[in-house]
Amino acid sequence: MAKYILKRVAYMLLTLFLAATVTFFMMRSIPGDPLASMARKLPDQTKANFYAKYGLDKPLFEQYTIYMKGLIRGDLGESIVYPGRPVAQTILETSPISGLTGGIALTIGLVLGIGLGIISALYKNKLPDYIVTFIAILGITIPVFVMASLLQYLFSVKLGWLPTSGWGEPKHLVIPVICLTFGTIATYARYIKSSMLDVLNQDYIMTARAKGLSESQIISRHVMRNSLLPAITILAGRIVGIFTGAFVIEKMFSIPGIGFYYISSINSNDYSMTMGTTIFYAALFIVMQLVVDLVYTLVDPRIRLSDNK
Amino acid sequence: MEKILEVKDLRVSFNTYAGEVKAVRGVSFDLAKGETLAFVGESGCGKSVTAKSIMRLLQPPFVDIKETSQVLFNGEDVLKMDKKRLRNYRGNDVSMIFQDPMTSLNPTMTCGKQIMESLILHKNISKAEAREEAIKTLKLVKIPDAEKRMDEYPHQLSGGMRQRIMIAIALACSPSVLIADEPTTALDVTIQAQIIDLLRELRDELNTAIILVTHDLGVVANFADRIQVMYAGQVLERGTVDEIFYEAKHPYTWALLSSVPKLAKYNKQELYTLKGTPPDLILPLEHCPFAARCEFCMPICKERMPEETVLSDTHKVSCWLQHPNAPKVKSFYEREV
Repeated sequence: MAKYILKRVAYMLLTLFLAATVTFFMMRSIPGDPLASMARKLPDQTKANFYAKYGLDKPLFEQYTIYMKGLIRGDLGESIVYPGRPVAQTILETSPISGLTGGIALTIGLVLGIGLGIISALYKNKLPDYIVTFIAILGITIPVFVMASLLQYLFSVKLGWLPTSGWGEPKHLVIPVICLTFGTIATYARYIKSSMLDVLNQDYIMTARAKGLSESQIISRHVMRNSLLPAITILAGRIVGIFTGAFVIEKMFSIPGIGFYYISSINSNDYSMTMGTTIFYAALFIVMQLVVDLVYTLVDPRIRLSDNK
Repeated sequence: MEKILEVKDLRVSFNTYAGEVKAVRGVSFDLAKGETLAFVGESGCGKSVTAKSIMRLLQPPFVDIKETSQVLFNGEDVLKMDKKRLRNYRGNDVSMIFQDPMTSLNPTMTCGKQIMESLILHKNISKAEAREEAIKTLKLVKIPDAEKRMDEYPHQLSGGMRQRIMIAIALACSPSVLIADEPTTALDVTIQAQIIDLLRELRDELNTAIILVTHDLGVVANFADRIQVMYAGQVLERGTVDEIFYEAKHPYTWALLSSVPKLAKYNKQELYTLKGTPPDLILPLEHCPFAARCEFCMPICKERMPEETVLSDTHKVSCWLQHPNAPKVKSFYEREV
């Protein structure tokens, strides 16, 4: 087990290195530089000083080695567009905000998604199932930004119940969380439904029935655990989905989360900021994958990580 | 002998898009205490559906057991039991083991828990007592290292071991009737023999009545007391093992007996196969269901269903050849030798 985790961590570091390298060169291949979006009419000398300060006058590969050396020391550098703000500090300050919205959305999404999936499976081909299927199809097909605009229009403009955007009070969270959570609800409702129907048709459910268990005992003891197993597989994907959804949502609702700064930094060619946040996201997802795999071994006795091979 | 189970005119239908599939068409039989009755017939003849109907394991609305059918357990109609009584009946009065031990156990629950579950449910005992009981049952079905196996998951055991676990689950509450639905079909031959031996020992030890569903005549021959031969949802012939093996009167029974491979040293004879397929069970079939495949088929066979002819207290056959006016035909036994 320990050996397995060590091996996974080694692969994780390799993945991070590759992600950093690819992002570095891709960022530099985008036309323009950090100055392009700030001010156009700077004297040449000022520009040259600026480039020299951030090492942007050096050859590309040298810039890369300098950056990577810093990265190994854990130094993500300083924002170019907002001088004096270390990237690491920005990430530390903004990620809890994204974590909060994402966490609330994911929790609600899981609870409602699994709940609706169960209802849908138990009332298969009856009204509750049709309603859940309808919600699920809406959730999967409507893009978050469309839903965000619609909800803003309905609740903020027409009804005036909630603010269109902003941050600081619980009411600011309502619409963004609804938007973020919808995809998770939809994915889970459909997934749990099909996995539960599959389990209900298994032979061991007949065995359970033949033992004399009641339907509710069968559901809670034999169906639930087995039908939730495959749901863990898609958890990592949903976490990614919520964070990428958050890029758009945070921008649309002016939530000062990490996604908001990520998009801004890409727009303004803020190299160090984009690099830092990309690496942060990459690390987050890779760690999540590992966590999901470890959780799997806890809940499914058939999966035991072997140290040999 | 005292009857423990009586099935009267059991009729079971499946509601499908194509129409009503009548899987069981008026099956009646009874089972005495401690007796072993075998259902024999090819796939789709309704033997499994009959067995599951006794446990009421087939779920409406897709499956429909007709109002007039009766399944009497000690005189009490199982088909009219309320939910609570039914749960108590299942597993405690009558229990069942299934064909495929690979899929019939919950993969995420330890074997011990799966056995304890029915003990706690029916015997009203504590967890610790149930554990003790479960270990005893595991020893009864001859599982080595019973204590250790308690905490193992089904995937850690072989097919034969898993079927023993299934038998342990079924016998944990000492039911009066055990329904074994093709218990050896999914196992290889040596393990089949072990499981049948085990069932025989347990039957003699616990005096459990057994309904054995199978299409393997070899298994039946040295295990069952009585046999009923089923075809297209009906019982065509019934009798003691000797009556079915040595005095069978129905051409379908003859066909089944002819299909058993013989282990003679210089046997170069090709193995007999019964041509054709069983009738589509959506059809009404108001005549003998075997008529289309029967080599002795007469005009009457395609018009009306024969009555059951009583040959002895135990031996009964439904065939027009038993009619006084029917021609004498060379039976299976006269053609053999």
